[in-house]
Amino acid sequence: MALARNLRKADEEDNCRNVVCKTFASKMASAGDATPKSPHVEKKKPPVRYWQEAAKDATNENNAEKDQNESKQMPSKKLARQTKKKTQSAKKKTQSAKKRKQEMEQPDEKTFISGKVDPFPGPAPIPQDRMQKFRRKDKIEKPGRKRPKLNKMLTHSEEASEMAQTQAARFDLLLPEEAGFLEGDEGEDTCLISQEDIADAVDITSGAKYFNLKLSQFGPYRVDYSKTGRHLVLGGKRGHVACIDWHSKDLMCEINVMETVNDVKWLHSEAMYAVAQKKWLYIYDSKGIELHCIRKFNDVLRMQFLPYHFLLATASATSFLQYLDVSVGKEVAAICTKTGRLDVMCQNPHNAIIHLGHHNGTVTLWSPNQKEALVKMLCHQGAVRSVAVDKAGTYMVTSGMDKKLKVYDIRTFKPLNSYFIPAGASCLSLSQRGLLSAATGDVVQVYKDVWNSPVTKPYMAHRVRGTVWGLQFCPFEDVLGVGHGDGFTSMLVPGAGEPNFDGLDANPYRSVKQRQEWEVKALLEKIQPELISLNPIELGQVDRATFQQRHQDRVQALGYDPLEKEKFIPKYKKKGRSSAGGVERRKKKVAHEDQRDVIRRTVEDKMKAEKERKQKEMKTALLCSQKAALDRFKK
Amino acid sequence: MAKVVEKKSAKRRVKKRSKGIKEKPEVAYDEEEEETITSEEEEEEKDGEDERKHRKLLEAISSLGGPRRKRVAERSEASVQMSEFTVTTAGEAGDQIDLSELIGTVEQTPGGPSKTAKQLKNLQRIKKTIESPLSKQQSQKIQRAVAFQKASAEVSRWSGVIRQHQRAEQLVFPLNQDPSGPKPMEKVVMGWKARTPLEEEIFSLLTANKQPIDDPVLTPADEASVRAMSLEEAKIRRAELQKNRALQSYYEARARREKRIKSKKFHKVQNKGKKKEFLRRFEEMVKTDPAAALEELSKMELARMQERMSLKHQNSGKWARSKAVMAKYDQEARRAMQEQLEVHKELTERVVQKEEEEEEEEEEEKLPEIVNDAEHGGDSSNPWMRGKLTQEPREEQKGDSAELTGQEEQEEQQEEQSVGLQQEEEEQQEEQQEEQEQEEEEEEELLLRQFQSRRKVRQEQFHPGPEEAPLEEAELLDQEHTGDVHLVEAPPPAGAPPPAGAPPPTETVAPVRKRKRRRGIELKEVLTKGTVEVQAPLPLSVEEDQDREEVQDREQVQDQRGLIREAFAGDDVVSDFLKDKTAQEDAAKPKLVDLTLPGWGEWGGVGLQPSRSKRKRFRVRAPPPASRKDTKLPAVIISEKRNGGVGVHQVSTLPFPFENQEQFESTIRVPTGRTWNTERTVRKVTKPRVVTQLGSIIQPMAREELLKDRRQKTVAMATRKL
Repeated sequence: MALARNLRKADEEDNCRNVVCKTFASKMASAGDATPKSPHVEKKKPPVRYWQEAAKDATNENNAEKDQNESKQMPSKKLARQTKKKTQSAKKKTQSAKKRKQEMEQPDEKTFISGKVDPFPGPAPIPQDRMQKFRRKDKIEKPGRKRPKLNKMLTHSEEASEMAQTQAARFDLLLPEEAGFLEGDEGEDTCLISQEDIADAVDITSGAKYFNLKLSQFGPYRVDYSKTGRHLVLGGKRGHVACIDWHSKDLMCEINVMETVNDVKWLHSEAMYAVAQKKWLYIYDSKGIELHCIRKFNDVLRMQFLPYHFLLATASATSFLQYLDVSVGKEVAAICTKTGRLDVMCQNPHNAIIHLGHHNGTVTLWSPNQKEALVKMLCHQGAVRSVAVDKAGTYMVTSGMDKKLKVYDIRTFKPLNSYFIPAGASCLSLSQRGLLSAATGDVVQVYKDVWNSPVTKPYMAHRVRGTVWGLQFCPFEDVLGVGHGDGFTSMLVPGAGEPNFDGLDANPYRSVKQRQEWEVKALLEKIQPELISLNPIELGQVDRATFQQRHQDRVQALGYDPLEKEKFIPKYKKKGRSSAGGVERRKKKVAHEDQRDVIRRTVEDKMKAEKERKQKEMKTALLCSQKAALDRFKK
Repeated sequence: MAKVVEKKSAKRRVKKRSKGIKEKPEVAYDEEEEETITSEEEEEEKDGEDERKHRKLLEAISSLGGPRRKRVAERSEASVQMSEFTVTTAGEAGDQIDLSELIGTVEQTPGGPSKTAKQLKNLQRIKKTIESPLSKQQSQKIQRAVAFQKASAEVSRWSGVIRQHQRAEQLVFPLNQDPSGPKPMEKVVMGWKARTPLEEEIFSLLTANKQPIDDPVLTPADEASVRAMSLEEAKIRRAELQKNRALQSYYEARARREKRIKSKKFHKVQNKGKKKEFLRRFEEMVKTDPAAALEELSKMELARMQERMSLKHQNSGKWARSKAVMAKYDQEARRAMQEQLEVHKELTERVVQKEEEEEEEEEEEKLPEIVNDAEHGGDSSNPWMRGKLTQEPREEQKGDSAELTGQEEQEEQQEEQSVGLQQEEEEQQEEQQEEQEQEEEEEEELLLRQFQSRRKVRQEQFHPGPEEAPLEEAELLDQEHTGDVHLVEAPPPAGAPPPAGAPPPTETVAPVRKRKRRRGIELKEVLTKGTVEVQAPLPLSVEEDQDREEVQDREQVQDQRGLIREAFAGDDVVSDFLKDKTAQEDAAKPKLVDLTLPGWGEWGGVGLQPSRSKRKRFRVRAPPPASRKDTKLPAVIISEKRNGGVGVHQVSTLPFPFENQEQFESTIRVPTGRTWNTERTVRKVTKPRVVTQLGSIIQPMAREELLKDRRQKTVAMATRKL
């Protein structure tokens, strides 16, 4: 038994092999069961040899005789033809009969020349749930045989989508890493397990990911991990900024900007980061050299970086939401939200919409394309303290001054769950796998699965040494970075990070060369800011706006109406013919002409309509030729 | 049989020819050839006649002058004097042969076939002249048409192949290439043929000795037949199907028969029986299969809903009305109506589900009001947290709440006042609107109305209605007891039993207050989820608080209650939001357009209003506004503005073969890039339509292609038959 378990363990290392073996084993078992019961499964016959030919000939002859007997009974006409083909057909018949017999024995299995039988015919089955995971669209009803072209098109697209789905499901095997959660013993709360215990229990490299940085001088710290999760930037309120390659604990740079630092954020790669300082927004490189001071962005309190659009969104104390395109260094949009100081901000990674929290309990959703909020939701009775949106853009979690924590379905804007946290949550962060961390004063609580079932207890909790100021889960790691009054704490949270990374998107182990290549590709694939909208699928839909609406858009975009009729400006004529009266007369003439045109057209239209109507009537009259009693009075 | 058919066709042919071939020729080509031949013969005949005439003329002329000469017997061809058909129209009258004469000879000759006689008789009867032959142009036209038909038939044989090619996903030229890549083992071995002389010699030896050379391969048709089921199986299946069909037809016949029975009593009895049966089954089901029983219950619930929605048994239909007229005199009618009502009652009766729920409700009713006003454990100081909570209060807190009631009352009053003010504002807005609408009315009337409405407002201010006063409050605090079905009905997770410290959230189903609001905005759902209190494992340290206060300079050192009060001083979140929402809705509403010109058709001047009828005539009523996306979401304002940026990149009209948007969108839905697909999928999706091999000659399609196509078809047919 133990050995079996060991074996299974060994098998699990190679996932692919494992699956194949399992199916193999099951099939084998079933075949073994079947053999004693079914006597018709015979042993494979060896290929026919010449010493066996004699017996076969005898049977052939028998068949031939039979044929002859039959042919005698047939009418004389057909006989000639029959005799011609007789020998051939006889041969064929026996052969086909043999084949048929073989086929009857193994109806599904393909036979090879070597005599082996494929025990698992056809492609390997894919589990239903995995297929479901990769489904992109529902099947659509086909129009039938009436429209062959459309039918063909639809079937092609359906085939393609099906293939994409099955292939993706098949290749899902190649993601070998699995995520797990902390599980306490019976009667033990996972939230009472201390970080030290976890660090002791796990392997050394993972244990090293729990560490504290004691930085009490430049107090409370804001935190940001780069997209790959490899690099960390810390911004102390009192001007201390540091970049760390936190896996190797390698300090990349450390500066003091000698100003208040409100927020720090990595840009698209670990080569650059933005710092929102007291007055302006600054961009530094990883060596700590100031690259830009952007004077258009003042009093920035919070920042978000949209990685696929290369946009840096900033929220300022003057209630401005601004977008900076970091690839070209241009301000894309500046929106005055008119809602006071903006110090709560997050982005929806699914559709690149910015969520802002306000003092009046509302959360507003913004895109750079619209000067007013796309959506305004009343979430709390007090001010909103923090907002977070999950990776798939399905759920939004908010916390407010009313000490409540609310979970919303952001697709329908409906509330799902509401929690009461005694101390209230000041910072929220959602991990890639849906763990929620909430900071209540100096305690960091981590919740599991807040949206599905009501949670009464946190999954983990940890007390840090100062008030929590910044909080972020590290991508692709089971680590939560906490910036607080007394420095920085890297916490272990099992099950937080996505175990499988996409090497082409965010590769934590990439080299400099790979990074450069990725940068070029990402820039080529940059999404334009106009395409940001609440529903990213909208782009693939037919624009159902009316012509008027579209025309309006066009006018707005162009700045003039392209369909507008040119205004008549009378030519200047000499010899007193351009007197005011003459000009006026000419204008009137033209206006009259235009009007006549219009009238003519309308009259023509009317006539046409009338004619059509009459024709229709005639037709109907012809069709139902039954005459009424008074029809004879008709003209 | 075949002969008869041939004859018929021949006859038809004859007829057609006689008609002059004006119809479109649909006959075979060879027939046409015949046609041309006959016309040629006719022409020859004509020539002969002419010659004859000419000769006669010459003779006549020669005979005119001079005495009669002895005719020199001359040898000449018979054909000159006599037509080969022995029928000459011209010449001496005596020469003309009548048909009757011929017939006579025919009749006399005993060996003559009766058929020809008959034909001749027929000919005699029909005294129509034969129509002249077609003109050259016409005959050519017919020939051309026939030729075209032939050619088109020839070409149309290719249409299948061409269609196949058009529909093919990818065409690789030159066609008929062997697919590259690895072949299956069998094919390689089977397809191998002896080429070199040595191999051929070996093979000849093998064949001479009757050695097996290759494995026989089945034709596709054979394979299909093999794949088909055996005879016995087929028989069994057929019998089964037959039986099923018979049963179905019996059942149908019976149902039809029963349906035709007009006796009401019969149906009544039957229905009753059915019902009884159902009840019996249901009870059984409750015991054996509770899930199915639940489903049945839900069905009943649905039926109840439907009944409640419809007016079916409420004696409001045509029949019922007619009965109602009669009811006074007719006992029967009265009873029928009563029955209807009973049915309605029965259907709308609430299905009793569980006794437990009832008990709970009773408990709730028994509980005093104060319970609902109790406060939460940690935040007795928080005014937001007061109100009906989902949790049962602890006893220590009751005292707290009692202490705080005074303050509460004050706050409530404040709120009421604010509500009153707000209402006044709203009312004034309404009034303004009304004024706009009622401009056509006379001034006196208007004044009167305003006066009345103001009086109403004042009255309301003095006596706030019992229902309307706690409006805001209810909205604010309703949150705790909305029917959170999800929370109520879902069983607690088995893995995590609720801790003793935090009592589980009790399900309180609040009585639904029916209140009609003008705008239809109910903020009941705002902030309306039963809150779950979360246990804090680590309490906050006091030191921490000081730290925070240091940091958050806006929040001063105060007790929590004061702090919150300060934060929300004059801050009515909900009403602000509501105002915002109504403003947005109003802004989006289309406005009324007034096109009246004062002074047209009547007196104008200062102080003179255009007449009412005129205004009515020239006022363009705007269409009703389209429903907003957020009508059903009270706590949400969704902007209705169009995102033009995306519109530029969207498809504005449906592309050609698609019938509706869904079809197009579904084809667009699947991404083709490498980021989202595996390599093979990408290659399949982005396959080019036509591939030509570099440097190879692309020959036009040969006839073999056609044959291949046909063979495929026949195979397909065979398999279908089997």
